[in-house]
Amino acid sequence: MTTTSPDGAFTLTVNGTLRPVVDAHPGESLLFVLRERLGLAGSKNACEEGECGSCTVRLDGETVCSCLVLAGAAAGRDVVTIEGLTMEAGVSAEPGLSPVQQAFLDAGAVQCGFCTPGLLMAIDALLDAESDPDDLTVREAISGNLCRCTGYGRILDAVDRAAAVRRAEVTP
Amino acid sequence: MTTIEAGIRTSTVPRIGENASRPDGVPKVTGDFAFSSDLHHDRMLWGSTLRSPHAAARILGIDVGPALAIDGVHAVLTHEDVQGRATYGLEHSDQPVLAADVVRYEGEPVALVAADHPDTARRALAAIHVDWEPTEPLVDPALAETAEPIHPDGNVIRRIHLRHGDQSAADQPDLVSVEGTYEVGMQDQAFLGPESGLAVPDDDGGVDLYVATQWLHVDRDQVAACLGLPDEKVRLTLAGVGGAFGAREDLSLHVHLCLLALRTGRPVKMSYGREESFHGHVHRHPARMWYRHHATSDGDLVRVEAHLLLDGGAYASSSGAVIANATCFAAGPYHVPSVEIEGVVVRTDNPPCGAMRGFGAVQTCFAHEAQMDRLADALGMDPVALRLRNALEPGDRLATGQVITGTLPVAEVLRACADHPSGAVGPDEPMARPGGAGRTADTEHVVRGEAVALGFKNLMFSEGFDDSSAARCVLHDGVATITCACAEVGQGFVTLVGQIAGEVLGVDEVILAPVETASIGSAGSTSASRQTWMSGGAVQLACVAVRRELLAGVAADHGVSADDLVLVDGRVISLPGDGSGDPDLSLDLSLEEVTVEPVEADVVHRHAPTSPLDTDAQGDAHVSFAVSAHRAIVDVDPDLGLVRVVELTTAQDVGRVLHPLQALGQLEGGAAQGVGLAVMEEVQVTNGHIRNASFTDYLIPTALDMPSLEVAALIEQPEPGAPFGAKGIGEPPCISSTAAVVGALRNATGLDLARVPVRPADIALAGQPEAEVS
Repeated sequence: MTTTSPDGAFTLTVNGTLRPVVDAHPGESLLFVLRERLGLAGSKNACEEGECGSCTVRLDGETVCSCLVLAGAAAGRDVVTIEGLTMEAGVSAEPGLSPVQQAFLDAGAVQCGFCTPGLLMAIDALLDAESDPDDLTVREAISGNLCRCTGYGRILDAVDRAAAVRRAEVTP
Repeated sequence: MTTIEAGIRTSTVPRIGENASRPDGVPKVTGDFAFSSDLHHDRMLWGSTLRSPHAAARILGIDVGPALAIDGVHAVLTHEDVQGRATYGLEHSDQPVLAADVVRYEGEPVALVAADHPDTARRALAAIHVDWEPTEPLVDPALAETAEPIHPDGNVIRRIHLRHGDQSAADQPDLVSVEGTYEVGMQDQAFLGPESGLAVPDDDGGVDLYVATQWLHVDRDQVAACLGLPDEKVRLTLAGVGGAFGAREDLSLHVHLCLLALRTGRPVKMSYGREESFHGHVHRHPARMWYRHHATSDGDLVRVEAHLLLDGGAYASSSGAVIANATCFAAGPYHVPSVEIEGVVVRTDNPPCGAMRGFGAVQTCFAHEAQMDRLADALGMDPVALRLRNALEPGDRLATGQVITGTLPVAEVLRACADHPSGAVGPDEPMARPGGAGRTADTEHVVRGEAVALGFKNLMFSEGFDDSSAARCVLHDGVATITCACAEVGQGFVTLVGQIAGEVLGVDEVILAPVETASIGSAGSTSASRQTWMSGGAVQLACVAVRRELLAGVAADHGVSADDLVLVDGRVISLPGDGSGDPDLSLDLSLEEVTVEPVEADVVHRHAPTSPLDTDAQGDAHVSFAVSAHRAIVDVDPDLGLVRVVELTTAQDVGRVLHPLQALGQLEGGAAQGVGLAVMEEVQVTNGHIRNASFTDYLIPTALDMPSLEVAALIEQPEPGAPFGAKGIGEPPCISSTAAVVGALRNATGLDLARVPVRPADIALAGQPEAEVS
């Protein structure tokens, strides 16, 4: 499958949809293209140097800092953003919210909300890999996501809540 | 339409004291919430800022020609393009919009570019030629007073000499005295959402600015003055704010964005990167503090003396208010009959410093709590017992002479925290040892320490400042729409609005209108732990006024007395036994049917007035006070200098809890910032140059660094005059936490540790010459 053309235009697969990207500068990051060219501003730009995790997306299932991925390098790969997490929809009270999103609301894990999308992506990936992680596993899994408002307490509580809901979903 | 223009709607609002859902919660978890860096306009250009690479230099000339020649560059602006006032500032207008002939700190803005792409803008910045003549920067605050002034306003921003009580009180035998010198490094607020915004010019020479800030109206006033436009031509709208913590009280890119938009006639977006953000906002003041405490052999404090020197950096910002706070609260929440504090904040060529959560009280808390521990040691007393013995209580006088007339449960807070059982376990798990898995400390070498600290601060603005907040309530078709310019920065004011309106009006649906300057007066700043009281109070007043007018109207329409009507659960009903005895007169009407015609009220809410400080810094300068306590348990590997905060426990004086989960979030988040200052956070400045302007090198606590916070107690003693009795709770958590952590480190290591953040070398290389440590 060809995903780049000779003029530099390429096509990304974002949240299951093919999205052509034209006129991008060669140096543009995946984060910039998502936010500024595709209108998907949910992935955040807190540091743009791979330290804070606010831009976390899944690339072929792996969590990456989208600020460190060249947009062109993501062509032909499966990109899932926070907007895709919403569309996947769970069993939550709020229509369209996944368990981890609902848990953030219920646990009071959202304050300013700037770290929230990246944390949700990291936690969703963690719970895909481990259905019942212990406290230190969770802390390590989200230690690449900085939060300045919460001190992490409500976020850790949200992870526990989301994990419980997800386990209940798979074992009726 | 983004979340900015739509306002925020709350449905089925829980009441005061319940865990209402954040009305902005859903868009924040779906990624739909529009932060200031998320804004986009089809015709927009990208703005960028050329900053000084020198801490001090003269500008001999600026050639923008090569930058303008680059394809895609639409404007390059310098100080010559500033049409209005050339400077701005919160307390003193002393900071240039763009530097003209001199720069006073590294990162000072010099020129602006608008271009079709951020890359183009970057290339244009590189093409601007500035003819620099670097000069020797003034970087030692101790030399600032005697050095040549680096600014026409001089190098002393403010000096306060507080004298309280008998100044010869310590001239008596048999007193126990302890002395110490303490230092606090420069802390960064490190909010996650970078400075950013979008300016859109209108057809009339005016401009709309969408920006993240703590105080829209004071921004508007400064921006309009610098643009040379009347206030009404400059409209500010609050864009989503990715945290603030004091760093958004001053202008950053506001004027710059508007200048570029007005010049190009195009919308202009700007968003700082993290490195630029470190240069683009003020920091917490570094402090050097000398203290001497005198007490009787029984442990009664007799006199406290201190000299406080704060480095304000290049421009004044809110330094004057910060030094006032540091001075007024320098002795802590203790009854001290005799006090002398000299507080000075000076100007240097270091990065400008200003507001950060805790605002002066953080620095002095670190010092006065170290002194209390030192005094307890000298007296052979238990440190908690010493604090309890001297704890302030209502009716006592502060060091400013002000009598505490509100609630102040110092002893209750301290006892609750100190007596709370500890659940701390040993450092068996490698990941949970000092240094974590990668630098595993040897468990046999790990020593543990514990300490308690008290923090103390004023709530709201002080010294006679005319503090107010405006709010409007419109009740229409059973729905309450609240307009208030209070900046939501993450703290959850948007939740409280629904709770307050629901409580007063019994409505189930509340809309918070877009937050902007054009539609309502100032709400004041989201700082100083003041918005729950000030803007919460304004919303309450507005709702009460609407309720009064509504009931009066219904009473008139139905020929009953308004005194017999109540508003409950969305219905207007007449009280049983309304005196008429006529069942036909009993009413039960839905809010919807009685508000087909809107009922509306506009209010301005003020707190009780305060006074300026006199020449001895005496006066009723403050509105209200809050106290907090933290107990820290730490593990240390003394050989490696590695530290782990094992457990943190707190108790806080809150007046009344309005929203339990949000209150907990403030306590946890504030404690994390305090832990950060204690053991890792410092903007490292060498000869005026910031060495660690990134999240790679400026470390803030991660989930692995922060222990769970145990809340021993929220002490609820309703504060007279405060809406619902609630005190502001945002700042205290980051005041006493730092002092507690370092106290615990001292107890673990036996070292003085008189400086924060405590670095590994301060422990591992203690006693070695300073040159080897830094």
